[in-house]
Amino acid sequence: MEILLAFLIGILYASGIYMMLRRSLVKLIIGIILLGNGANLLIFLLGRITKDKPPIIPEHSKVFLDGFADPVPQALILTAIVISFGLQAFAIILIKRAYKVAKTDDLDQMNTTDEYA
Amino acid sequence: MLAIVVLCFITAISLLFFGNYIKKNAAFGLTFLPLAGFVYFLSKLPQITNGNIVTESYNWVPSLGIQLTFRLDGLSLLFALLITGIGTLVFAYTSNYLKENDHLDRFYGYLSVFMAAMLGLVLSDNLISLFVFWELTSISSFFLIGFKNSSATSRKSALRALTVTGLGGLFLLAGALTFGTIADTYSFQEILNGSIDFTQHPLYSLLLLFIFGAAFTKSAQFPFHFWLPGAMEAPTPVSTYLHSATMVKAGIYLLLRFSPVLGQHEYWQLTLITIGGITMIYAAFHTLFRTDLKGILAYSTIAALGIMVFLIGIGTELALTAALTFIVVHALYKATLFLVTGTIDHEAKTRDVTQLAGLRKVLLPVAIAGFLAAFSNAGIPPFSGFIGKDLIYEAGLHSFQPVLLIVVAVITNVLLAYAGYLVGIKPFIGKLPEKFEKIHLPSPLLWFPPLLLAVLGLLFGIVPKLLVSLVNPALQETFIGANLVQLKLWHGFNLVLLLSLVTIISGLLLFYFLKPNNDLTKFIVQFQTISPLGIFEKIGILMTKVSLLWTNFFQNGFLRNYVLTIILVISFLIGYNLFFNAKFLWDFSTILSVTNYEIGILSVMLVAILFTVFTSSRLTAVASLGVVGYAICLLFVFYSAPDLAMTQFTIDTLTVILFVLVLYRLPKYLKLSENKKRIRDGFVALVFGGLITILSLEVIQEPMNNETGKFYAENAYLLAKGKNVVNVVLVDFRGIDTLVEITVLAIAAIGVFGLLKLRIRNN
Amino acid sequence: MKTLILKTASGYLLPVLLLFSVFILLRGHYLPGGGFVGGLVASIAFVLHAFANGLENTKNLLRIHPGFLMPFGLAIAFISGLAPMFLYDLPFLTGIWFDEPLPVIGMVGSALFFDTGVFLVVIGVTLTIIFTISESA
Repeated sequence: MEILLAFLIGILYASGIYMMLRRSLVKLIIGIILLGNGANLLIFLLGRITKDKPPIIPEHSKVFLDGFADPVPQALILTAIVISFGLQAFAIILIKRAYKVAKTDDLDQMNTTDEYA
Repeated sequence: MLAIVVLCFITAISLLFFGNYIKKNAAFGLTFLPLAGFVYFLSKLPQITNGNIVTESYNWVPSLGIQLTFRLDGLSLLFALLITGIGTLVFAYTSNYLKENDHLDRFYGYLSVFMAAMLGLVLSDNLISLFVFWELTSISSFFLIGFKNSSATSRKSALRALTVTGLGGLFLLAGALTFGTIADTYSFQEILNGSIDFTQHPLYSLLLLFIFGAAFTKSAQFPFHFWLPGAMEAPTPVSTYLHSATMVKAGIYLLLRFSPVLGQHEYWQLTLITIGGITMIYAAFHTLFRTDLKGILAYSTIAALGIMVFLIGIGTELALTAALTFIVVHALYKATLFLVTGTIDHEAKTRDVTQLAGLRKVLLPVAIAGFLAAFSNAGIPPFSGFIGKDLIYEAGLHSFQPVLLIVVAVITNVLLAYAGYLVGIKPFIGKLPEKFEKIHLPSPLLWFPPLLLAVLGLLFGIVPKLLVSLVNPALQETFIGANLVQLKLWHGFNLVLLLSLVTIISGLLLFYFLKPNNDLTKFIVQFQTISPLGIFEKIGILMTKVSLLWTNFFQNGFLRNYVLTIILVISFLIGYNLFFNAKFLWDFSTILSVTNYEIGILSVMLVAILFTVFTSSRLTAVASLGVVGYAICLLFVFYSAPDLAMTQFTIDTLTVILFVLVLYRLPKYLKLSENKKRIRDGFVALVFGGLITILSLEVIQEPMNNETGKFYAENAYLLAKGKNVVNVVLVDFRGIDTLVEITVLAIAAIGVFGLLKLRIRNN
Repeated sequence: MKTLILKTASGYLLPVLLLFSVFILLRGHYLPGGGFVGGLVASIAFVLHAFANGLENTKNLLRIHPGFLMPFGLAIAFISGLAPMFLYDLPFLTGIWFDEPLPVIGMVGSALFFDTGVFLVVIGVTLTIIFTISESA
């Protein structure tokens, strides 16, 4: 499964970058989200994936009795997911605002900032 | 010692708040600041003469082993006395000289910062703190040169000085780090105790390059001298203080400080003698072509600095004695000449030597000061300048290359003597032009300081013991095993006396026959394009052009190009690394154990991604994006990450809601790119994705070390009384990270709120 | 989207979802859950309510602007970090606990307060963003 996941991550990255290279603002945001998903999965995969062993200590024990999934990448990704929500929201609003001011969705027509002060 | 330095900084800061009051009522009172320092350092003189060293130490950055240690030894004391002593006179002089200026408070603020920095520089026992103070002097000098900030030349000169001395500062930092690498310490005490022979170290020549780079830029040696004449744009007290008596001698101080450990080596001697020699002659000749009093003084200062470097290069006990003596002597007469020039400028409103004459009739005390200083400068007995010049010739005669060095020294000194006469005597003799007749003697503040300095110059010559008490402790620090310094005014009739006589008389003859005029100035201007200044300016222009091209190429305003550049660079880096290090030993056998569920999720994701990328409807794209998110959520469920699954699920829902809310206000998807570009971008994206795939395949073949994870897992309940390790990591083990994260989230929310709620300005 | 069914359902859903979110928050230290997820669930509850009943009604229900939850939550999280410094002279954010466990929740300590801070900030952030956008949409 790891191998398939590695290919999936590659596809997520490729599609994210392809979308980021488009001229449309909306596509740029979608690209960033795809890229973010890819990055989360990459961290997840590189921390090694384990089935059915969540990092939660069993009810009547003080330590793990069995193996467990690495909690560090999970904590990292959890943070990343929430932060990327903040980023997405901010980016989406920037699009909206930019569209309102510049009256265009075309990034190539937004290459001078001075006109929209 | 720290108290004095801190007091200077506090004064500078308090001028921010009480500047207006002080500038109107108590400007003169600020003189007590350097005066207090002077008295303090003078009180330490007996102690230092007995060979004691005063140190004060404070922990600054303990983790890096950097301490703020102040150390007062003979050499530091000599400089500290110069800084506070001349500082006292300059502070007093300024209170009248710039009385009318609106920004007097600002000026005193810069001056106090400078004094603090300069004192810190000579008192530091640590290379890092030395560097900090060194940079502070450059910065305060920048502000002082650009004090008349309404004048373009002033600003330009300030910038030029900052560029050159700032460059030197970088050299000093590099030198300090090199010292740290070799000696494993930044403390002077430990570097200078002789336990390491730096001259034998493989990094010796690099070390020399850095230290010389710092010293030559700061002390205006050829070819970095050109910032100093420009620095004369500053008000005259600044030129007196920074650009003649103290700051420019920081480089000399550095060389003297390190001469016990770095000197006595061929590289050291040859470089310093060559550079010092070129600087002496070059600058001394330039005095012939100037008519501005301060211009003449600037070049003669550069020449004097050249002499000091030259003497340090010779490096014998005699030469170092000569250098130290010359520092004191030169400070006395050159500061006098600068202050005299300032007073003339203040009263006669001109510094053009061709127009000035006969001023003795109206400015007698100033004239006396000027005469005395000019005599001392020329080395006429019994002035202290005579002792200084004597020692220089003696050091030259006893060096390894007597004839050549003496010729260089004599030529320089003749020209310098001429320059001294020109500044100190020429404006005061002859017939007083009509336009100057109305001049009255100004406040004593404008003539007493130069007079005092000039008289001191005479006194030091008559009673050489005073000079010895300053020079001797300093020499003990700069030359290992130095004898007690013996300075005498009268050595009997010998070659040295003859040379001195030749110097004095040739200078007088030159003064008598050569009349400065503006044609000469014009003549020298022709060569400006090939002078170091011209070259420096050309480099500056070239750099502007290159950076403009660079910026236009990379910062072209098209977001896609930025992304493309970043991706290509990263692809190259990853690709390069993979090409040489990848093993390609992938284990495909695990593929057989993939379950149907997994296959199902992956296929759904794949389809959803393809839809997201290729659909022409925004709604489809957003919906597919949601599907991708939910599929990832399922993956998390499968692979033991329930917390992630929950978070991903909720966040994904919210993202889709967000998009739906905003989407209808945006225009339809446009198909803007040409097909060619789409293919190119697709290729780049696929290459990058492929590299990431290969990278992750490589990584998962390597053994995994998750000690951190194990630690958290084992201690989650024992230390943090929690059983969900991910949550324990977030709220306990890495609590600060989470705290910062929620702060960032709050900032994002405020940003969104601000972007939408604030009105767009209409214009 | 103001259908009758959704409107009726949201009236019941809101308290249930909010209760659920608090439940997720409290059990976070022992089982999957915690401040982040809890906060997100609570925000979804309010967003759902807003979809069904209109933004104005939800705002009236909340009484204060959700933005105020952000400084409030940050303060709680920060104070829970300061508490060990002042009470026991321990470093910032060291975990401290009450001696006896509470029923249902388990051991109550500074970590739970910290998580509550996170919970409030997340609600504040999400609702501020979504409300601001839907207001100006």
